[in-house]
Amino acid sequence: MLRVDALQAIYPEVKDQIVVTIMGAVAAELYTLGHRPNFFYLEHAMGLASSMGLGIAVAMPRHKVVVIDGDGSLLMNLGTLSTMARYSPGNLVHIVFDNASLLSVGGFPTATATGTDLAGVARACAIPQVTESDTPEQLKGAVAGALAGGTLTTIVAKVEAVGPKSFHMDLPLLENRFQFKRALEALRQHD
Amino acid sequence: MPVSLANSEVIYEALKACDVRIISALPETWLVHLIRMADDDPEVTLIRVAKEEEAIGISAGAHLAGISSALLMQNHGFLAAINPIVSLALLYKIPLLMLISYRGHMGERDPWQTQGGMVTEPLLRTLGIPVWHLSNPDDAQRRIKDAQTLAHASLSPVAVLLTRELMWEE
Repeated sequence: MLRVDALQAIYPEVKDQIVVTIMGAVAAELYTLGHRPNFFYLEHAMGLASSMGLGIAVAMPRHKVVVIDGDGSLLMNLGTLSTMARYSPGNLVHIVFDNASLLSVGGFPTATATGTDLAGVARACAIPQVTESDTPEQLKGAVAGALAGGTLTTIVAKVEAVGPKSFHMDLPLLENRFQFKRALEALRQHD
Repeated sequence: MPVSLANSEVIYEALKACDVRIISALPETWLVHLIRMADDDPEVTLIRVAKEEEAIGISAGAHLAGISSALLMQNHGFLAAINPIVSLALLYKIPLLMLISYRGHMGERDPWQTQGGMVTEPLLRTLGIPVWHLSNPDDAQRRIKDAQTLAHASLSPVAVLLTRELMWEE
């Protein structure tokens, strides 16, 4: 599966949710599908998108939070799975695109290329719901199900190590940051 | 255990006066009472992290969601979190209220703490992070509140160094 097809499939499910993505190809592809003020692209601090998502989910329990992670990022912060599992916010959906590659920085293989099983790690860390998706349709169903349910879910989706031609996004980091904060503020006003 | 319970209570009250609702922490001896108080407080969510890096992400998320948070960490935890402090908090202008137990400084008997103690302040200054020392419990309320005020006004991390004089009863 191509990540861009997977993102396109889940876009209708996530477009009105609070979304935090990792840097690089994921951010550029989601941005290109259609930026929303409720999307935050963590363009650095690799590994911390899930920690940010956890902070938002705990702070805004009435709202759904979707984290779009990657294998390289998650491997840099595996402890996040144990911390998320410990608090298990039911409003958090953690999608991991696993292309077995550090695609955005030269395409070097990650440890998932040599057998590390991130879904297995998530299960062993006691994430209450862990699923794997192999097609865009499966992923769409898994994301819709996780958003409709109230259980912390990690969804691992294997994708090809293919990214966009350009990683350019016409959105300065700080503009994204302040716009996102205002979008969350507006959501909180309906609480 | 000669960690000061009375002064931990003073610090905790100061955090409450700052309307802190999320506290992230990684257990460390000087912080035991503070962590227990956060754990017992129904108004506060305590998030025990596996590594301090996570806490920077958690506090960043909480800030963007409009909730005040604080971080409890040892100075070696601050050292462990330097990359996300730089490439998340400083890069994205995220305020952080970091309460850092200042191990390895004057009076330290544990040799393994001393190297981290000696580099803590130089590194904070190199990063441009404003620093308060907290040695006198009478200063706690004012200094912690002022640190939070500066963090929010400057959209920057600030550090409150919890010293041996405050935390440890010989």
